[in-house]
This record gives sequence, C-alpha cells and structure tokens, in this order.
Amino acid sequence: MLAVEQLTTRYGSLTALHQASLRVDEGELITLVGPNGAGKTTLLTTIAGLLRPAEGRVTFDGRDVTGWDPARLVRSGLALVPERRRIFKDLTVAENLKLAGVTASAADRRERLARLPEVFPILRDRWTTAAGFLSGGEAQQLAVARALMSDPRLLLLDEPCLGLAPTMVDVVFDLLADLHRQGRTILVVEQQARRALAIADRAYVLRTGRIVAEGPASELAQRADLFEAYVGGSTVGGGA
Amino acid sequence: MTSFVQNLIDGLGNGSTYALMAVGVSLIFGVMHLVNFAHGELLTVAAYMTYFLQSRGVSWWIIVPVAIVVAMVTSMGVEAVAFRRIRGANPFTLLLTSFALEILSHACWKLFVGSERKQFAKPGWAFNTFQVGPFLFEVWDIAAIVTTIVCLAATAWILRNTLFGLAIRASAEDFDAARLMGVKANRVISGAFALAGVLAGIFAALSLMRTGLAEPRMGANPLLKAVLAAIIGGLGSLQGAVVGGLALGVAEVFVRGYVGDWFGSQAAGLTDGLVFALIALLFVVRPQGLFNVATAERV
Repeated sequence: MLAVEQLTTRYGSLTALHQASLRVDEGELITLVGPNGAGKTTLLTTIAGLLRPAEGRVTFDGRDVTGWDPARLVRSGLALVPERRRIFKDLTVAENLKLAGVTASAADRRERLARLPEVFPILRDRWTTAAGFLSGGEAQQLAVARALMSDPRLLLLDEPCLGLAPTMVDVVFDLLADLHRQGRTILVVEQQARRALAIADRAYVLRTGRIVAEGPASELAQRADLFEAYVGGSTVGGGA
Repeated sequence: MTSFVQNLIDGLGNGSTYALMAVGVSLIFGVMHLVNFAHGELLTVAAYMTYFLQSRGVSWWIIVPVAIVVAMVTSMGVEAVAFRRIRGANPFTLLLTSFALEILSHACWKLFVGSERKQFAKPGWAFNTFQVGPFLFEVWDIAAIVTTIVCLAATAWILRNTLFGLAIRASAEDFDAARLMGVKANRVISGAFALAGVLAGIFAALSLMRTGLAEPRMGANPLLKAVLAAIIGGLGSLQGAVVGGLALGVAEVFVRGYVGDWFGSQAAGLTDGLVFALIALLFVVRPQGLFNVATAERV
C-alpha cells in the first residue's frame, strides 16, 4: 500500500533521514521505533508531504506521490496525526472535527461528525469547548478523531502517547489495536517500543537517520541489543 | 455633553471604517504573517475606478459594487502574482515586498494617470444631516457605522460557521496542521485576500463618497491607520482589529477637539502626533496589543 524507497531528507546541510526504505501492506499495523533524533518524525512528515525529500520515492497505492502536497495526500487516503497533536486550540472540538472533514462530502462529514462521538465519548462532553482547554488525553483522542474525519486508508501517527498519563497511554494503545482490528492500515512512531511492538505486525528500527533493523514485531522484541542501544539513551544524534 | 456624544458618533463613524481595513490587515497577517503595506492601494484602485465611472455619469448604485469587486480581484491578483511565490519566506521579506508594491503602485498612478488630484461628484445625500433630540447626525456617519456593523457581523459569521472560515482560523493557528487536514494552502490564502479585498472595497466606497477624490498616494494614510488599529488590537485578532479601529477613530476625534481648544485651529497638525504618542503609551503598558493572540508568538 505504501512503499518508501531510499528516502533522504535534509534540513539545509543536515541529513536527518538517510536512504530510508520501508513498506506498509494493506491492513498491517507497522511500528517505527528508535531513539530521540533518529529521524522518525522527519520520515513521517516527509511521507505526509510537509517536507520535500532530497532523494528517493514514496509510492502510495501504486502511485508515485513523492513531493505531493499534504492536502492532496489526505484526499487520496493518507492522514497523519502529527507529533504533539497540533490540534487547533482556538477552535472548539466540533470545529476541529468539522474542519478535518473538509475533504469529505457534506453528507459524509455529517455522518462522521455524528458517529465519532460514539467512538470517543470524552469528546462529546467537550463538544463546544475550545480545544485548548482539553487535557492531554482528550487532546490526543481529538487528534486521532480528527484524522479519522477524512476516513484515511492509511493512518500515520507520530508519538501518540507523548506526554500522556499511563492510563491514557492504555487508552491510546487500545484504540490503535481496535482500529487495526477494524482493518485500518496504520504506521505508528512510538517511543514506548515494547508496547508498540506488542500490538504491531512488523516493525522498523530507525537510528541516526537510517533504518537499522526490520522484521516481525515479535522477533524484534526479542533482540535485546537493539533496545539497549536506545532505551538507555546512549545513541542520540542525527537531527530531528 | 452634546458635543461629547457628537464627537463620539463622529469618531465611531471614522473608526468603523478603519476597522474594515484593520480586519483585512489582521486576516492576512493571520494566515501568512504578512503585514500587508500594499493593502491601502486597494483604495487607490477603487478610487480611480470610481473616478472613471463617475465622470461618465454612472450611478453610485453601480459604482459601489464595481469598486468592491475591483478591490477583491486586485487583492487576489496581488497575492497570486507577488506573495504566492515568497510564501513562507521570513516576515521581513514579505514586509519589504509589500512595501515595494505600495511604492510601485504610487509611482504607476503618478506616471500613467498623473499626479494631480482627480475630483468627482460625491453623492449629495451622504452629507445630509438629521436631528435626534439635541444631536445632529450626518447621514454618512450613520451609514458608515451601520455598514461596518453589518460587514463585520457577516465576516464573523463566515469565520465561525463556514468551512472556509474554519480553514482560515485553523491556518492562522497552525498552517501546516491545517494542510494535513486537507486545507488547500493556495485556496485559503487566496480566500483570505479576497475577503480582505471585499472589506477594503467597502471601506473605499464609504470613504470615496465622503472625499470625492482620487490621487496616487491616497492609500498610504488609511493603510497606516489600519495597521495601527490592527496592532493596537493585537495583530491577528479580529475582535482586536475592530476595537483598535474604533479606539483609533474616537481618539483622533477627541484629540483633534482638544488640540483645537488648547492651541487654536492652526495646530490641527498636532493631532496625529498626539494620537501616536497615546499609542506609544499604550504599547508601554500593553506591548502585545489589547487582545492577546496565541499565534503571535510564531512571528
């Protein structure tokens, strides 16, 4: 469904991502793990079209989408829940969702606006609240709900558990597992590697801008060497 | 007391027209962090169009919508030609580009149309007055206030209730996040320029009915007032721009009144200086403007 080939992204002279390749097949839940500064966010933002790669190719559904505008990618079925959520704090919860339905027809938008509060009951209670007043957990649910407004076939999530209380982390992981069960294709970047590997089908390990390991999640979870390398935080570098 | 109320109405009349321009400046600043110094030139374009039509006997009922459309189209055209390719450049580049456009516009009018003032007939009714109790109102003041209220209410409605409005507000807060939601960057920015252009066109129509003048540099002063009003209110805040515009209009009328009382009528030139001194004082107390805008921190 998604194929990333030899993708290189630079910020000025700094190479944040170095010839990274990965593949996401229909219905899979893939996790991308790695230490801070490994280039995970760079990879996701490049796929979603906010950054232009210096080299390489992104193919989505067999089409070359390298360098496409994010607005166009969303319309073709690829949505990103960005790092730190980036919900619109001045807009109410309902307005955030309504705007995120900009790509859908009016009928679909209405239908999804009616359905999402059932999936995310917390949001219904805060429906007309400015999103800036939401707690971290509520905001994360809004961020995911917002991405679902476009009914993406591929959902990218960048550290959805960042800054959340442990109980909310459980909620988010349950949510991801649910979405996966419903057949949605997911690529999630996660700092909490063990938990992410527990629900993922396959995984990629990114370090200093390069993919250093890949394979079935259950196998990677056994490889202590990979984890000591970054859970201990000893290999930090290589840019954002 | 009577003169106080008169002054207040007068000030609100002027101030409400500043608000129309200030909201446009603030809207554009919100979506692309550009303080658009070329915004005042929309008045000039509308003014020459009005002169052209009026001197051929076209009725004001046709001139006004034409002026508004011309301002809107010009605003969108300027965005497409000048600002689109430098979008995302640092704010200084944007600012300088808009300065360049302003100066270029002044020069072109001077060169191709002439530097002398073009006068045209004002609609007589605008200067009619009517009496309510002890107060004497000019029709124009009331028309300006009512028109502005209607336009600003319509703008607020659009921003609150339409997808386009949500897109503008979301883009003002986090442009890239809005793009990730599927908002088309070109469309929302072009739309913001269109809306700002319509408001400028309405301002132009109101202002031209009162002055009956077109000249090359006429856009500079209203632009300065609009930028000031927007900054007083807090750049990017639309309520702020409205309050800033009204405050500026009222302050001007009152300061002019007092300057006249204290220094005699030949000292009218002091008015602007004193108003600017008041504004400087305001920024000492509240550097962020009257309304705090979360997005301003990105500048």
